[in-house]
Formats: sequence, C-alpha cells, structure tokens
Amino acid sequence: MSYTLLAVQALNGLQFGVLLFLIASGLTLVFGVMNFLNLAHGALFMVGAYLAVFVYQQTGAFFLAVVLGLVAALIFALMIEVLVLRHFYRRDHLAQLLATFGLILILNDGSKAIWGSSPQSLPLPEILSGSVPLIDNLQYPLYRLIVIGVGLVVALFLYLIVQHTRFGMLVRAGAADSEMVSALGVDVRRLFMTVFAAGAVLAALAGILAAPLIAIEPGMGDNVLILAFVVIVIGGAGSIRGAFVAALLVGLVDTLGRSFVTDLFRVVLPPASANEVGPAIASILIYALMALVLVFRPAGLFPAPGRS
Amino acid sequence: MHFKPITTAIVLTIFATTASAAQTEPLKIGFMTTLTGPAASVGKHMQDGFNLYLKLNGNMLGGRDVKVITVDDELKPDVAVTRAQALIERYKVDFVTGIIFSNVLAAVLKPVTDSETFLISANAGPSIFAGKGCNPFFFNVSWQNDTVPEAMGVYLEEKGPRKIAVMAPNYQAGKDMIAGFKRYYKGEIVDEIYTQLNQLDFSAELARVAALKPEGLFAFMPGGMGVSLIKQYSQAGLAGTIPFYSVFVVDETTLPATKEAALGLLSTIQYAPTLENEANRIFAPAFEKEYGYVPSYYASQAYDAAQLIDSALKKTGGRTDDKALLRGALESGDFTSVRGDFRFNVNHFPIQDYYLVKAVRRADGMFHTDILEKVLDDHGDSYASECAMK
Repeated sequence: MSYTLLAVQALNGLQFGVLLFLIASGLTLVFGVMNFLNLAHGALFMVGAYLAVFVYQQTGAFFLAVVLGLVAALIFALMIEVLVLRHFYRRDHLAQLLATFGLILILNDGSKAIWGSSPQSLPLPEILSGSVPLIDNLQYPLYRLIVIGVGLVVALFLYLIVQHTRFGMLVRAGAADSEMVSALGVDVRRLFMTVFAAGAVLAALAGILAAPLIAIEPGMGDNVLILAFVVIVIGGAGSIRGAFVAALLVGLVDTLGRSFVTDLFRVVLPPASANEVGPAIASILIYALMALVLVFRPAGLFPAPGRS
Repeated sequence: MHFKPITTAIVLTIFATTASAAQTEPLKIGFMTTLTGPAASVGKHMQDGFNLYLKLNGNMLGGRDVKVITVDDELKPDVAVTRAQALIERYKVDFVTGIIFSNVLAAVLKPVTDSETFLISANAGPSIFAGKGCNPFFFNVSWQNDTVPEAMGVYLEEKGPRKIAVMAPNYQAGKDMIAGFKRYYKGEIVDEIYTQLNQLDFSAELARVAALKPEGLFAFMPGGMGVSLIKQYSQAGLAGTIPFYSVFVVDETTLPATKEAALGLLSTIQYAPTLENEANRIFAPAFEKEYGYVPSYYASQAYDAAQLIDSALKKTGGRTDDKALLRGALESGDFTSVRGDFRFNVNHFPIQDYYLVKAVRRADGMFHTDILEKVLDDHGDSYASECAMK
C-alpha cells in the first residue's frame, strides 16, 4: 500500500460521498421537513440520467443535455408531486411507502418501455475526458474531479440557503416542528412543493453527474436509494449538515474498505481465505457503521433540533 | 372375428384421426427468462432468438404447431420455482427452456426434471449439474460456465502476459469464472479482486489495478456492471496501458451502451455473428432483418435450443410421451448449430469450439464482436468424467 494509492482512494471515496450527498440531501429534506417517506427518490436519480440521455440523443450536445435534463427533471418532479405525492402528505407512512413503491415500479417499467432494457450511455465530451496529473505519478480522471467540485459547490450553496435565508429558516423550522410552522400561518403546501422540487432536482443532478460513469438502465436508482437511507440514518433525518458528513463518511468507509480490507486480512490469513473474508467484510462495513451509530446516537450524528 | 373390409377401414380411419389429433395438438414450450431488471436485455436477445426459429419455420417444431408460454423469472430463484411449477402443472408443457442465470437454474432444475419434463438451458451451465449432479432430463445448449474463461486462460497462457490481475463479482458464478481461468492460465496472478454484486462504481478497484501495474486484467462482470466497468476503465486512462481481457462483458447486449469505449477489447466465447458457416449465414442476417439489432451469443443459443427441440421431435415423429425415445433423440443433437461444431458430451453439455473475439464497429456504425482465431477445438468441460448418466 503506497501513499499515492491511499490518496487516489481517498479521492475516490470523496467523489462517491459527494454523489451520495446530492441524493441523500434531497431525501433528508423531504423526510425531515415533510415527514414524507419517498421511496421513489432513487427513481428520480434514474429519471435525471435518462432525461439527460434523451436530450443528448436528440442534440448530441453534452452541456445542453445536462441543463435541459435538469429542467425536464424539475418539471417531471412537479408533475408527480401534483398528481400523486401531495395526496399522501397527510397519510401515514405505510400509505406513503406503498404509493412511492408503486411509483418506483411504474418509473422503472416506464423507462424500460421507452428506452428498452439495454443499458444506455451518456458519453463525455473530449474536454472533460482524460485524466490530470495531481502530484507526480498520480493521475486522476478529470471528470471525477469535476463531480467532486460540483458536489462541494452544491453543498456550500445548500448550506448558505438553509442557514442564511428566510426559506432556509422555514425548512429548519419545518424539520424541527412542522405543525408549529403551519400554525404560524406559513403556506405549508407551497413550502412542501418547493422542498420536494429541490430534493428531486438534487437527485436528478446526481443521476446526471453519474450518467457518464455508470450504466444507465431501469432500476439503477434502487441500489442508490438504500445507500441514501443509510446516509440519512447515520447523519440524522432532516439535517443537511448530517447528510453531508454522513455521505462523505459512507463514501470513504466504503471505498477504503473495498480497497484495503482484503489486504489487511492477508496479513493474518492465507490468501485464499483472505479473498473469501475480505470482500464479504468490505461489503458490510457501511451497515456496521450505521448499526454503531444507531447504538450510540439513535437519532443520528447531527439530528435536527427537536428530534434528538 | 371377421371384420368386413369397410368396417376395418372405418376403424382404421378413426384410429388414424385420433392419433393425428394427438399429434396436431400444439407442442407446449415453457420459455423461462429474465425480462425485468438489469438483465432484461439479455432476456430479450434470448426470446428473439427462440422466436426467430419459430418464425422461419412456420411456428412448427418437429411437424407440430407450437405454443410458447413465456414466463419472467425476475432473476429471483423463489419466483422462478413458482413459475416453473405453473408451467408444469397448469400448462403441462413438454419442454422448459431459456434460463439465463445459474442460480435460477439451480432452483428450477429439480421440480422440472422430477416431473420428467425435459429442461434445456439456453445459457446457464453451473458445474453442479455437469459432474455428479448430471441429470437425464437436463440438457445445456450453451456451455458449462467454466469453459468460457478456460478458453481465455488458454489464450493468455499461450500468447499473453505473465502477470495478470483478475476481477469478478463476489458470488458463485464469479468464483467459478476465476477458477476456470486459473485452470489453464499458469502465469502469476498479482491480485484477485472480488467486487459486490451490482456495484456501480469501480474507481477503488481500478485505482488498485493501476497501482499494481499488471500486464493485463481479466474480468468477468456481466450486464450493466460490465458497461460501467468498461466506461470507467477507459476514463481512468487504463485502456491504453493495461490490456483488458474479459468474458461475458463485451457482447452485443452491452456494446450499444459502451460503444467506442469497448472497441478492440478481447473476449472468448463460442459464437460471434460473423462466424462463417451454413446455419449462421441464415441466422445472423435473418435476425438483424427481423429485430433490427445484431444478435449476441445469447440469441444464438436460444435459436439453437429451438433447433435442438425441432431435430429431436423430427426423430420421434412429433411424440413426446416416450421419454426414453425423446431423450435419445435429444442426445444425438442432430442439428446444424449456428456456432459450427456441436455435439453433446455424456453429461448433456456441449463439446464445441471456442474463439477469441474482438469488439469492432461495422461500416454502418453498428457494433459487434468479430472472430479473431479459434482457441479451443472440440472442447468439453472438466466435470463430464464425474457424471454417471443414468
């Protein structure tokens, strides 16, 4: 294990964490502020990727695909909010689970009906591909650096909005005590719609950023959803700061685990057994982390005030 | 007893009509494949391959009309068992075929073969049913899982690099593939990397490979995972420095997504659409004309499954009730496979040729795999000797 490799893996973990943050931040806002359990959040990640691919296939322009993909995802999210989700805000969690699970099935099969079951791709333009030398003999893909950059900028932006604007104040108040917020005469319906739309756009942005890296296929959001929930449990529901710290933690633990756990086992075990045990342990590390947090901080690392 | 000739004639006619009534009842085939989830594109290739043969032959197999009952196993063994039981008990199918995944096959093999229904795998070929667990009612028209990576092992042992890293998802088929590869490749394996099933991002693994600087990477990474891996391999700048060898990664189901990123990558397999032989000269063009995309080995295997059933029923005169007769007819494997040489081993798995193939782009812009050279000739799997077929 060299320091260069460690540095690259840390960057990889950071990049994965940033992507997770984009997904989890929307989910945590919707859950924290609206007390709404949206299983279809992962499907919005998929919808974002597909819409960008759609624009790309029509125009062949990558940057246009990113922008129009986001706009289309926003419109799409508002549509499902008006048509389906807003009718479930006052229902119990079970009804919300069923409705949003139904949405997952419809969206997955819908994208299959439109784009077919073969994976789609969003190719990177020439200027974003390739890798850059960071320090001597450490090459890192340029696009992944951009993902990290975009993620950090969005995180900063979210922090400023949530901490320093009136809207952010309402969001924080909603996360702490949403009944009181509506009792004070705030138009909760509009607040909810805005929060939901913001969350959906963040998920779609994550999907679009991930699109050039991974296979775009029906059901691609399902795995991501589980990871997003792990992040929320660790970070504390409703907390952007919690989502940020937890996402980076999960990204780093998962990536470093996958890279080095097998090596650690090779120190004490014969190679064949290390190959058996290492990957198995690496794959459960983040869940072990979640279990630990649940034991010592049941409300998560940074719970929204009033929830701890 | 003295029958008048006319009575005899009538009686004979009645017998003849009932007999032919039994024959004209449609042949029922349960086609089980994966139509939902990330592997659905493979399921589509298989379905289209099977249907093409029916279409080219007037929806007849062995002189009988065919009714295909297609079921989706959803890549869930428990779902597969329920659906397989429905095929057998409710629809009373004569054959069950299709089946992409080894874990699905492992779940349905017993219920299907216990009912003395012939099960013809058009893809999955796990080792458990090739050796001691071989079964008189089970046939495989694709390959035994190990043989495909074995071919890559042979190729790299002869021509390739002496230091290789290997990568596969951490589940049974992944370990089988690596075991098959290592059976013939004797160079140094610098690292064995096992990833999570359905992992999206391989940055950590690829950074590791880059740091180890092997002379090549051998990977088994089916479906969408393979698409992600190839894209990231090329984005990480490894494509130019460390040659990428794989099985079940670069094929006509993934090339539409990976496109240029997969160009020139080498795999081993038993079929490519450019294979020159009599049967494939019919199959590959007809498939493209009918469905508008290039057939993969998955499609070819399903087509061959239909050919196998057709050839066997022609031998039995369309009868499926005499199991011993039908089994013998299936075992003779008397059809012209689109892959060229084909015959069944004692364990009902193929003995066939394996090729080195390369991903290329055609003049019309479509991507496909092209034959470079034959790596293994008339190759059977290493489990057949343990099979005592009853």
